Amino acid sequence: MAANVRCSNINRRRRNFLSHCVINMAASVRTFVRSLSRKNACFAAVLRQSDCRWFTGAAEDRSTHFGFETVSEAEKASKVYKVFENVAQKYDVMNDAMSLGIHRLWKDALLHVMHPQPGARLLDVAGGTGDIAFRFLDYIRSQQEKQQRRAMSLGQTPSWRDISDGYPAGGGAPESAVVVCDINKEMLKVGRQRADSRGVTTGLSWVVGDAEELPFNDDQFDLYSIAFGIRNVTRIDQALKEALRVLKPGGRFLCLEFSKVTNPVLERLYDAYSFQVIPVLGEVIAGDWKSYQYLVESIRKFPDQEEFKGLMEDAGFFCVQYFNLTGGVVALHSGFKL
Amino acid sequence: MWLRYCPRFMIIRRQHIELSTSAQFVQQLNTSRRDRSHSYYDGVYHGHIQTTPFQKALLAVGSGVAALQDPYRHDMVAVLGETTGHLALVSLRDRMRNDPEGLTILTERPRIRLSTLDLKNMASLPDGSFGREYLRFLEDNSVTPDSRTQVRFVDDEELAYVMLRYREVHDLMHTLLGMPTNMLGEVVVKWFEAAQTGLPMCALGAVLGPLRLNARRLQSLFTSLGPWALRNGRRGRCVLSIFYERRWDQNLEDLRQELHIEPPPATLHPSRKT
Repeated sequence: MAANVRCSNINRRRRNFLSHCVINMAASVRTFVRSLSRKNACFAAVLRQSDCRWFTGAAEDRSTHFGFETVSEAEKASKVYKVFENVAQKYDVMNDAMSLGIHRLWKDALLHVMHPQPGARLLDVAGGTGDIAFRFLDYIRSQQEKQQRRAMSLGQTPSWRDISDGYPAGGGAPESAVVVCDINKEMLKVGRQRADSRGVTTGLSWVVGDAEELPFNDDQFDLYSIAFGIRNVTRIDQALKEALRVLKPGGRFLCLEFSKVTNPVLERLYDAYSFQVIPVLGEVIAGDWKSYQYLVESIRKFPDQEEFKGLMEDAGFFCVQYFNLTGGVVALHSGFKL
Repeated sequence: MWLRYCPRFMIIRRQHIELSTSAQFVQQLNTSRRDRSHSYYDGVYHGHIQTTPFQKALLAVGSGVAALQDPYRHDMVAVLGETTGHLALVSLRDRMRNDPEGLTILTERPRIRLSTLDLKNMASLPDGSFGREYLRFLEDNSVTPDSRTQVRFVDDEELAYVMLRYREVHDLMHTLLGMPTNMLGEVVVKWFEAAQTGLPMCALGAVLGPLRLNARRLQSLFTSLGPWALRNGRRGRCVLSIFYERRWDQNLEDLRQELHIEPPPATLHPSRKT
């Protein structure tokens, strides 16, 4: 028995020794190859970076950008939350002031591209104050009216089934609904106030949730939209994967976001306007310079049109395409889950 | 067994790399922590926001309009003062430097805040002393010395302190002049400050403030209080040069005489509404 124990001890030591050797061998080969192919400074930096990740690997030490500042991933979410908590009350006023009202055209373009039909279910993520949701409901209503008008113009009297479908309590065709999901309770509060003041009661629900971890089951929605929200998400790839998960097969993903301006002259004007005027507007109207400084910086840090298209394709979307609005100031990306 | 065949120099190099990477890792962790505390937004002083002249001009216009539309937006009044007051602040700072007590203030940088005031001690001072009257003023008008906005748009650190001192000393002005915090009292103090400091924001407030007063108050402002405030502002000693924190037990009348300020012509009572 002592001999067996000794043997197993030896084997264990040999296994440990071997694994230790393998790790060292791999490390040495890696460093050796790197030393041959790169200069010393780059080599040291790369090695330091890769070894750091290997040592820690936690969210606290993975860094990301918060505007032009570098913060840890864990910090970014709470800082973004605070920004939107501060700006929620004046969010709509500031949108109108900063974009001179053009943001309404951008959101209308999103709805036209989306072209929802009665019965569609939309998930509007980061849709805090409800701009997209209200437009969706209006669009659906106008589509329904158009269908009714077309039916009447063709001389068709509505069948008993159509009439009973039109009754609110009756069953029949699934009602279109929009779920507004946002991580920030203040923004949702403002959205609900707007819904109350518009008198919108049905077809709308407000959910608190994180775009990286949506509180919905798989295959729930026909349409997923995220307007001017995805650049605030800490891990964009995670948000895209979640979008893919909650969409039904055949469902469409639509993203409206600030992007790279194509024309160089317009780009200079846009940069000057962004950095000189927008924080001042934020200070005067909303009393908050830093949140709007963060806004214009986060736009610069977001990937451009082609990169974002690549991210969408990596996440698993098909037929990804984008449309530039206002010369590239805003890009509308669309993809399908097949 | 691979180690047996590994040349000696590679072992040494690997050990060196491991040591240096762990040292560099520790260094990187420390520097990144320091860098995080020194965020991008730190300018010349805590809370400073670097602005171009174009932005300052835009801020001045915007804050002026916002302050006129809603006079209760104290932050807009503050921003207007900071963006338009550079020349006045420079002349104020020079006046403080020429005064020995003012120079002490510029070097020691005292702050007037609830945490730095000893309220119990001040309450025990005799009536008529500066500290006791100041405390009475705070209680009667339900104000606190902590409500001043941070200075953000002044690019020089010393001038930013002068601006901050001016804001913190505003309540002491009320005590010195015997004016409550209602609209008439504020306008009178603004006239005094405009004459004293020359800040454009004070001048604007002095001109536009009376527009919100009723006829009776306007009359008292233009006949007695206003000229008194202007006269004393012009010939009085620079009020920012006084080290108030060391004069709590001084008699108020003595302090007024020292600053060449006449006693107020009429006693105004604090009221809840303007």
